[in-house]
Amino acid sequence: MTSTAPSAAPGNGSAPGEGTDPRRPAAPAPRRRRRVRDLRNEDGSRMSRGSVAVRYVLLALVFLLCVGPFLWQLSTSLKSPGENVYSDPPKLLPEHPTLDNYQKVGEIIPVWDYALNSLKVALANVVSNVVGASMAGYALARLKFRGRKYAALVFLVAMLVPAESIMIAQLTTMRALDLHNTLTAVVLPGCVAALNVLLLRNAFRNIPEEIEEAAIVDGAGVWQRYFRIGLPAVKGTLAVVAIFAFMGAWDDFLWPLIVLTDDSNYTLTIGLNFLHGTFSNNQRLIAAGTMIAVVPLIVLFACLQKYFFRGVGEGAVKG
Amino acid sequence: MNSTASASGPPAPSAGAAGPPSAPSTPSPDSPASSGSPGSRSSRAARRGGARVRTHRAHSPWLFLLPGLLITLAFNIYPFVATVWKAFTDARTLTPGSFVGLDNFQEMLADEQFWIGLRNSFLYVAAVVPCTVVLPLLLALLVHKNLPGIAFFRSAFYTPVVASVVVVGLIWVWMLDDRGLVNAVIKTLGFDTVPFLSDRWLILLSAMLVTVWKGLGYYMIIYMAALGNVPRELHEAASVDGAGPVRRFLSVTVPGVRNTMVLVGALSSVAAFRVFSEVFLMAGPDGGPAGEDTTLVMLIQRTGTGLSGRVGYASAISLVMFVITMVLLLAVFAAERRDKK
Repeated sequence: MTSTAPSAAPGNGSAPGEGTDPRRPAAPAPRRRRRVRDLRNEDGSRMSRGSVAVRYVLLALVFLLCVGPFLWQLSTSLKSPGENVYSDPPKLLPEHPTLDNYQKVGEIIPVWDYALNSLKVALANVVSNVVGASMAGYALARLKFRGRKYAALVFLVAMLVPAESIMIAQLTTMRALDLHNTLTAVVLPGCVAALNVLLLRNAFRNIPEEIEEAAIVDGAGVWQRYFRIGLPAVKGTLAVVAIFAFMGAWDDFLWPLIVLTDDSNYTLTIGLNFLHGTFSNNQRLIAAGTMIAVVPLIVLFACLQKYFFRGVGEGAVKG
Repeated sequence: MNSTASASGPPAPSAGAAGPPSAPSTPSPDSPASSGSPGSRSSRAARRGGARVRTHRAHSPWLFLLPGLLITLAFNIYPFVATVWKAFTDARTLTPGSFVGLDNFQEMLADEQFWIGLRNSFLYVAAVVPCTVVLPLLLALLVHKNLPGIAFFRSAFYTPVVASVVVVGLIWVWMLDDRGLVNAVIKTLGFDTVPFLSDRWLILLSAMLVTVWKGLGYYMIIYMAALGNVPRELHEAASVDGAGPVRRFLSVTVPGVRNTMVLVGALSSVAAFRVFSEVFLMAGPDGGPAGEDTTLVMLIQRTGTGLSGRVGYASAISLVMFVITMVLLLAVFAAERRDKK
């Protein structure tokens, strides 16, 4: 296991990207065909046409399994009230596609306010994690001081404690601070995640000593070094931290569920749960609500794929 | 998780403190040597010892650490400590409570819901972990070849990871509805409607299915990196020896990625034991018929929140959950170590 960590980390960043970027854009039909013929099995033998075909069939099946449910939900959300969503056999495409359900779900619950709340929480989580975790990570990686080991230990312990096992005490803490039922309380516990501090510490460690020594000789102070040398050198990891902070906060369910009691402060996931509990018989509305919650993230993912994939590697190895 | 422990072990570069006296090569002209990576640390230590360059003020590191440490201590470490001592009190949401010794733990032993929660959480681990260890590996094998268009499939398989567990849960609630898509297909095939969301065991099974489905893409990415590190020569050699694809998978691929399998097993067993959202959404807040589908975290949530929440008792359950999580982790790694020998 210990050996997994270092070996998995570097490979992971490149593996998914490797097949993604360079080859996709320019691939006219004839070249593609040649490439299929050149595909090789693990043992170096040429992959037969048949096995390539089998692979594509399997890929298509898994695609249907992974994406199909989302498409079904999208289709349901676009079906008009006159259309039977329970039709037998099921109709995959809406007869008269309409956005009515999106408007109606906004009339039943303030879904756009909830979306705004989610956005606020997510952005606050991004900023606080990027700033807080990079500062702490920089100090742990690049500054020598007494007590550094203990400071690192605090983050390590915090990371090992499952959030679910301390959430009741966190809730009590928020009550004591009179913050419960506020968006601030939703953000606070994870706003400088220990995992991110440790990720950034590792990233800062990879900066060559010589660069910083040169800056010290030139008289650069610690803040200057942090801003001019440190941060630019860990941009990639910062992007990963930012994206996962956004996704984590936008998707989070359990903590906001227990800390938010007033429905005017709900985030989108809590609002959806409420919708599900109260209007569970209206599938079209729930479908519209879930689409509102998931589409922004799918767009984000489509634009910033490689960081999502990198994040899995770094998060998994360290977390 | 352990990897971090070991990753933070070696840093202890306070070794630099021991450097200056033992490094007589003080002068700065050692810069050529310092370009080699092993030498750079000692050379820096030497330089610091010799030239005494002050790199920062004494309080600077603490300024850098202030936001992170403050948040972590106040909202992670303190609540952990509070959980431990509240577990021995009869605290409620609005009253601090007083020390009651082991009462909470005694009550737990007699609490049917606790045993149901414990059983369901363990069932979850037992059913979900084998699937999340094996299926994503097969999926990774399928997508790690650079077939034309493979990037598209990789991204598509990752979509469920990006979506919130609430979205995913509600999508499947609709899919598995008595009149939903899955049952429509089942009926078309000539079978009876399957009550996925009303039978207590089927609810749990459905939730497990959702958990596995949502995790596929995540663990697939982890495996892809590991697959790239399996030496091709081994495959070639096995092939020369007459091993077919299945044989090669079992005796070359699996041993090649076994460290990663342990990692995935550890990650997913801890995650599965802490399951909440999927079951909460599919079984309802009360945990399905007669609360039979309650998981441990659902029980904590139900017991400890609200104005009459029993904070003390919920903390005691939390503490038990924490201990079991740690034991699970240790068990996975201990089993791995024993296997290696």
